[in-house]
Amino acid sequence: MRTIIERCLVGLALIVVAPARAAEVEVLHWWTAGGEAAALKVLKQNLERQGVTWRDMPVAGGGGTQAMTVLRARVTSGNPPTAVQMLGFDIRDWAQLGAVADLNALAERNHWNDVIPAAIREFSQYRGRWIAAPANVHSVNWIWANKPLLDQFGIGVPKTWTEFVAALDKVKAAGKIPLAHGGQPWQEATIFDSVVMLTGGPEFYRDALIKLEPKALQSAMMRAVFERMKVLRRYVDANFSGRDWNLATALVIKGDAAFQIMGDWAKGEFLNAGKQPNIDFLCFRFPGTQDAVIFNSDQFVMFNVARDARPAQEQLAHAIMDPQFQIAFNRVKGSVPARLDIPVEGFDACGQQGMRDLAHAARAGTLIGSLSQGHGAPAAVKNAFYDVITAHFNGEYDSDEAIEELLSAVAAAK
Amino acid sequence: MHAALLLAAAWYLLPLIVLLLNSLKPLDEIQAGSVLALPREWTLAAWRAAWSSAQIGVEPTGLSPYFVNSLAMTLPAVAFSTALGAVNGYVLSHWRFRGDGIVFALILFSCFIPFQIVLIPAARVLGLLGLAGTMAGLVLVHVVYGIGFTTLFFRNYYVTFPRELIHAARIDGAGFGTILTRILLPNSLPIIAVSVIWQFTNVWNDFLFGASFSDVDSQPMTVALNNLVNSSTGAKEYNVHFAGAILAGLPTLIVYVLAGRHFVRGLLAGAVKG
Amino acid sequence: MREGRALMSAAAGALRAALPKIVLSPSLLLLAVFVYGFILVTGYLSFTASKILPVPDLVGIDNYVKLFQTRAWTIALHNLAVFGTLYIGIGIALGLGLAILLDQRIRAEGWLRPIYLYPMALSFIVTGTFWKWFFDPGIGLERALRLLGWNDFSFGWIKDPERAIYTLIIGAVWHTSGFVMALFLAGLRGLDASVLRAARIDGASGVRLYWYIVLPQLKPVFAAAFVILLHMAIKSYDLVIALTAGGPGRATELPATFMYSYTFTRNQMAMGASAAVIMLMTVAAVIVPYLYGAYRERPRG
Repeated sequence: MRTIIERCLVGLALIVVAPARAAEVEVLHWWTAGGEAAALKVLKQNLERQGVTWRDMPVAGGGGTQAMTVLRARVTSGNPPTAVQMLGFDIRDWAQLGAVADLNALAERNHWNDVIPAAIREFSQYRGRWIAAPANVHSVNWIWANKPLLDQFGIGVPKTWTEFVAALDKVKAAGKIPLAHGGQPWQEATIFDSVVMLTGGPEFYRDALIKLEPKALQSAMMRAVFERMKVLRRYVDANFSGRDWNLATALVIKGDAAFQIMGDWAKGEFLNAGKQPNIDFLCFRFPGTQDAVIFNSDQFVMFNVARDARPAQEQLAHAIMDPQFQIAFNRVKGSVPARLDIPVEGFDACGQQGMRDLAHAARAGTLIGSLSQGHGAPAAVKNAFYDVITAHFNGEYDSDEAIEELLSAVAAAK
Repeated sequence: MHAALLLAAAWYLLPLIVLLLNSLKPLDEIQAGSVLALPREWTLAAWRAAWSSAQIGVEPTGLSPYFVNSLAMTLPAVAFSTALGAVNGYVLSHWRFRGDGIVFALILFSCFIPFQIVLIPAARVLGLLGLAGTMAGLVLVHVVYGIGFTTLFFRNYYVTFPRELIHAARIDGAGFGTILTRILLPNSLPIIAVSVIWQFTNVWNDFLFGASFSDVDSQPMTVALNNLVNSSTGAKEYNVHFAGAILAGLPTLIVYVLAGRHFVRGLLAGAVKG
Repeated sequence: MREGRALMSAAAGALRAALPKIVLSPSLLLLAVFVYGFILVTGYLSFTASKILPVPDLVGIDNYVKLFQTRAWTIALHNLAVFGTLYIGIGIALGLGLAILLDQRIRAEGWLRPIYLYPMALSFIVTGTFWKWFFDPGIGLERALRLLGWNDFSFGWIKDPERAIYTLIIGAVWHTSGFVMALFLAGLRGLDASVLRAARIDGASGVRLYWYIVLPQLKPVFAAAFVILLHMAIKSYDLVIALTAGGPGRATELPATFMYSYTFTRNQMAMGASAAVIMLMTVAAVIVPYLYGAYRERPRG
């Protein structure tokens, strides 16, 4: 009995080869909204000009979690898609299972090693093998602000935590919402990323959120982080819980709220609403984190497909790495190209700053994976953090309890 | 008494009416006004968008291409599971054998299995059968998890059928098949209605299997609706979402309204008696 | 010749005797694999170290120990207790009440019945968009009533960790109470008319008639309604995802959402499997006695 079950289970995890037809790619992704979908359509058209048919497999919901469930079923049934949009540690998990393709030949021909920053390659490569094509680099330590509102209240761009809190107080006194926020675990964790970077700096961030060192997790520094989260909690409105992030962004766009702490995908919302950087809205680094870029990167992971489907798959990977696509796509998406060899001209002010920051951080070694976006630790640990951060933000724990819970939750999830 | 009934009716209707009213408004009117207000400007634009031009994936196709997929999945699944239920119910009520009670209980217990836990093993089995990502695989899964319900319906219905009639037929030489097709089935309309309504609703509304076991060419409408309303960026086009929601629910609503009369009658005859 | 015919008829007889089982066998085979086989697989997985996909390495009962040390799981169980009790209680009370009212020869019954029933036809992917919107104080009911001039009206349950679970109950009751009504209505219509007449002659009427004569006879309907609502409560997933996604905080986490998130988003498949096993055992603990009670007596005849 045991051996039968065992054999079945091993079978589940085995490399499965899909009978995909040649000159066609099936892409599983969750970009179904206007701007992103339109950007992906550019990719589709590029491929179709090369005679490759794009078979679209969108599954939205939960920031990709729904799509990951579908992926499990697809791989288990021996019918994996050609390529799957994926984030961070998920990529590594699938690579460990041996379910992904080898792009080394293509990568070498096109010198991907030279143009993609090492921190991003951590995820695009597995044990020295290229397995994914990164489409962009997002960064989460940004603040988005309504410029007319700040001008009206006489608030400049805050450079330090103290200035930022003073600015929030000013907005509150004027009767507007200081901080637009949506009460979903990942959004709270997004703020947490920046607060950890501000409070402890890059080294502490690495020790606590990536290496998960117990000493760092229960340090006085971590307590200070939670205390600052509590401070920020005072500036959100009463209806924050459960709100989607883009509705929070809409509050800033409409001038109901002054600031939002959010990754640079928020820029797409401003642009969609016809707003212009430095005129209608401001983008600036979270105070005290100006030298670091806390990143996440959307990558297209290539799965094991039948031999005759490999050429089309490589064409897809090549098309994603194409500079023209990276420019077109990232202009819409709010992120910056994953390639470092793309000129900043042609991007708006926020995009240009993002590209310069990325290049700087890549050189300085301060380009660090975002925990909240799955680039700090595997899913189980990430969610253990979510649990504690959210419970603390909602007043279930005080800061001491939060540290205690964090320690045990992370240990249990490791 | 009448007031209470009408109040209840209003409560049940509220979501549908609010969805309907707001799907007929332009977006800015929804954002600025009240949920409960009538549209100041009536427009079908949101309905047209939801049906044929809303962004579902890379292409702005609207929900229409998925409607056919849903039909192609639902109709065979309903037909097969109902047929199996009728035959099983017939055997379990009129062809006794040792252990038939346990067999019935085992079939029935399958109604209570949460779908999330069968997802991965089912994917594996479909893969082994060569049905991964096919419409046939999707139909098979829906049939399997519908058998419990349909067998329950038919078995309880046929149990109440006069024994004497069947006994007499047997003496006249009617065999297994003849009794089913000549005597039972012609009298089964109410319970067929129950089975069809139940299965149609469950299969049509399913999302988890539809998303996991489908292919590019077989994604059902619920998956498309999910892609429409759950996309994470861009201004939420509530009016389009609402129109899409009603469109996705329309076939089941029609089935309920058309067959609803038989539903209560069938429940009376079957499901409750057990 | 004669022997041959006897043999043939013996074979035919055997075939006839086996026919019922042959007819049942495809269904049984499918269920043996797709239901009971998969339950075994899940049980097995709950003792393994599976993370993103199944693996065979056994780790004993670790996952169960971890499960019950996880706060989110105990919260989910507690939430299910609150949700299940109120949902089943209110669902049955409302369904029964409507059925009794509708049974008083209401002329509009033909109109009202489908109105009460239709929510069951819609999935929460469809109605969830409505409920989430309607309960949201900033855009839904609260704002609508304030716009109408009722300025201190406040309805922020969905944002309140203490009350968010009640919004789930409202959505769930809305969805199934009409179906429960149909069950009771069918039960009422199936009552023996002569008993009711006799009771009326004895002077029983109104509330007393229902309390002492009618309701006791509806016991099987109560049982059926209870079982149906209970299994819906335990399986509740779409509703939670559509309305609150388990929030605020963990205020509306239920075992089904817990199991899903551990299996599929947290990559702790073995933990998810052990949660599923506990859920299945809970279902079995309720359903098996019910099946035993309801179907113990073999069908008449």
